[in-house]
Amino acid sequence: MSNADITKVTTNISQNEGLIFEHSSPGKKAYRLRALDVPEVDAAAELGSALRTESAALPEVSEVEIIRHFTRLSTWNYAVDHGMYPLGSCTMKYNPRVNEAVARLDGIAGAHPYQPEQSSQGTLRIMKALADQLIEITGMDAITLQPAAGAHGELTGILLMRAYLESKGNARKKVLIPDSAHGTNPATAAMVGYQVENLRSNENGMVDLAALEAQMNEDVAGLMLTNPNTLGIFEEQIAQIAEILHRKGGLLYMDGANMNALVAKARPGDFGVDMMHLNLHKTFSTPHGGGGPGSGPVACKAHLEPFLPKPIVVESADGRLRLDYDRLQSIGRVRAFFGNFGMHVRALAYIMANGPDGLCQTTEDAVLNANYLRKKLEGTFDLPYSTPTMHEVVFSDKFQAKLGIKTGDIAKRLIDYGFHPYTVSFPMVVHGALMIEPTESEPLEELDLFVDAMKSIAQEAIDSPELIKNAPYFTRLSRLDETAAARKPILRWKPERK
Amino acid sequence: MRYLPKSPAERQQMLSAIGVSSIDELFAPIPAQFRLTRDLAIPAQMAESEIVDWFRARSNENATGYDILLGAGAYNHYRPLVIDSLISRGEWFTAYTPYQPEIAQGTLQAIFEFQTMICELTGMEVANASMYDGSTGAAEAVMMAIRITGRSEAILARSVHPEYREVIATYAKYQGLPLTEVAFTNNGRVDLAALDAAINTQTACVLIQSPNFFGTIEDVAAIAEVVHAKGALLVVSIAEALSLGIVRPPSEADIVSLEAQSFGVPLSYGGPYAGVIATREKFIRQIPGRLVGQTTDRNGKRGFVLTLSTREQHIRREKATSNICTNQALVALMVNIYMDVYGRVGLKELAEQNLAKAAYARNTLGEKAKILFDGAPRFNEFVIQTREDAYEISHRLASKNKIIGGFPLRKFYPELGNAAVWCATELTSRAAIDAAASEVNL
Repeated sequence: MSNADITKVTTNISQNEGLIFEHSSPGKKAYRLRALDVPEVDAAAELGSALRTESAALPEVSEVEIIRHFTRLSTWNYAVDHGMYPLGSCTMKYNPRVNEAVARLDGIAGAHPYQPEQSSQGTLRIMKALADQLIEITGMDAITLQPAAGAHGELTGILLMRAYLESKGNARKKVLIPDSAHGTNPATAAMVGYQVENLRSNENGMVDLAALEAQMNEDVAGLMLTNPNTLGIFEEQIAQIAEILHRKGGLLYMDGANMNALVAKARPGDFGVDMMHLNLHKTFSTPHGGGGPGSGPVACKAHLEPFLPKPIVVESADGRLRLDYDRLQSIGRVRAFFGNFGMHVRALAYIMANGPDGLCQTTEDAVLNANYLRKKLEGTFDLPYSTPTMHEVVFSDKFQAKLGIKTGDIAKRLIDYGFHPYTVSFPMVVHGALMIEPTESEPLEELDLFVDAMKSIAQEAIDSPELIKNAPYFTRLSRLDETAAARKPILRWKPERK
Repeated sequence: MRYLPKSPAERQQMLSAIGVSSIDELFAPIPAQFRLTRDLAIPAQMAESEIVDWFRARSNENATGYDILLGAGAYNHYRPLVIDSLISRGEWFTAYTPYQPEIAQGTLQAIFEFQTMICELTGMEVANASMYDGSTGAAEAVMMAIRITGRSEAILARSVHPEYREVIATYAKYQGLPLTEVAFTNNGRVDLAALDAAINTQTACVLIQSPNFFGTIEDVAAIAEVVHAKGALLVVSIAEALSLGIVRPPSEADIVSLEAQSFGVPLSYGGPYAGVIATREKFIRQIPGRLVGQTTDRNGKRGFVLTLSTREQHIRREKATSNICTNQALVALMVNIYMDVYGRVGLKELAEQNLAKAAYARNTLGEKAKILFDGAPRFNEFVIQTREDAYEISHRLASKNKIIGGFPLRKFYPELGNAAVWCATELTSRAAIDAAASEVNL
């Protein structure tokens, strides 16, 4: 194989573009203010010593330069709109356009969070509708939409755990976390004052029940479990896991990062989960935006409801909606206002577009796509766990590593084939992991191209490993020096000294 | 379902390739008793046009086309149209965290520019790629100060946004971080004598907000002197970023936590917004969240990467500086574009307009009510006290005049009685201010 054999992509003109500061020249502008309809004031007299004497050195550019600058920059990004983006555990699905349109309606995008409730019935109705539907989807009893992201949801969930246990007289000391967990789980537990105790996986990639039984005691507040876990494996013994925890007074927190495997097929509330977060930017199609904003609602069972952050939206008998702040046992606020409301709008639009049958088909297609890739790539890449997988599959670079090619190298080469790489080197329970989550959004054609690309790279590892080690070739830049970036950090632009 | 790109025949073909006879076999790992055998009880699939209609009806149930004379942490500024035009490109909003720098240079360079602009605005040396918002950013800034100093307590000014203080209290509760509050004087500023008395050898930091919740600009230099004399750090929270167009940056601070919503981010009923933490270079390894740094590629070309990730949760796990994983990249992009539109000169002119509008509103409403905290400078917010209940005024203005009036302070500051904090921006018309004043009675 060689670069000439790659058919999915071809090279194209790509505009060079400097930093916006490098276009700046005094006197250029991209705005015009309205004429002032009130008397001017003397800023120096108004502000005294608080007056800013030197303006911030922001760029001075025209409107067309701004448009070109950000359009050029945008073309350097790979995005879901370009093609498959199989980052495992990130659920990079299609972001519907109607979501964006409705989030920008005047009464929604222009709503001030402190406008009176009488003027906020529409926004409150959106939050109430989303809350009700997420409760039905998760099989839980109550929910808060306040957390701004998945990790923020985890924080909220573990705060609920702690508040609940404290109300029972003992907050306990430790939280159990499987070795396959996302790094946010232990970081979260630490933020809530818990020690983290590692829980090892068994040979099937699932929670080791005997280990759990042995580690569970009255010092353990609970378990943070991702289900399906980061290997894409559903914890078949979930009911027993919940039972072991509950028997000793602990709680089961579910990290809902992988909920795209379960929606309309199984409900965490039915299998013993006490509370969980959802990632609206994963399962419910709100855009990832280059790293955010996300949204991480936390759903819980009735026994945890009194502790939810305040306020929550409640409906009065006459159908009016209001914000209830009068919640004595609440953990308090985790964010100002009501969370990332714009994401609530988008998630609700997604659920409405799907309905019960659409959500079910979505989950089926997500699992179908992952299993198709698994079947097609099994044998070419090492599959460390033969346990059935759901919405994502984790291979290892074991076969290729013998030839000196690591998962990170395969990822870089995949870029040349026109794909965003999978998640590299995670979960940590698999050495040299390739974590692949296609989501439901991929047509068969795209999946087949991905299979071809992966097989082709595996062949290159045998025939011409140097080709892979120097990849990518078709990008603007290749193999950026991350070590140098960290050793002597340059975190801002400065004008060149003349 | 219109978002799903497969025909029934293709699904069948894939099942055969996998070697199963039905999709149900792929769900066999879920124990039978937990498999949902009914449809979810949610509304049936809707056409795109029905979805738009439904949300338009909700939009109309909300206040639309109202004049907003309210800030209190969320500010109504004009959003130049180029912002939505640009961020609607799928290359921006359908990409993720730039883990693969070769195919994410757009996002990375935009964040690097954002970090630079935040430094310029705040007078700090480094800034991160953004936090969830100003409230959580302030909480993270306090935790950062605790890590830096090795001390365990924090003092919050009572004039900091009440909801920010609530969030900090939630974050601090189980980390063994005692919080105390320091009062404000009758000019609305932090009580320096009380502050001096409150700081002890365990005080890691003092958090103030400027302009504070009453719109009053704090004497940052004087506060910094008191705080630094006792070896504590000064954290300055800024909720109204546009103030930096004309108000002296808090360059004496050790950490600045900025809410950047004013810069081109829709009000959107409170979010998504973008917080950002800026600080001194020497504290860089204690900063939470993503950082983008400049480097070169193997051919020596300038490029950008996520950097210093050994601070972060995916490497450090429970020893990380924070559990934060996302940033608000798309919102930071809006902020970047906004700062380019207004630039060095425009931001100042815009801030001057805000100053003028607020001065007019303060004088006009001040003829009908008592102005509180008049002894210190302010930007675009001010507090007036009325004989009538502030909520009554607010309801009347909304229903009769299509005006969203000031934020009643009684809930958080009962001692201020019928007081409310009002705001005027470049979008507030003189007519709206006059109309509001006509409804406020002495």
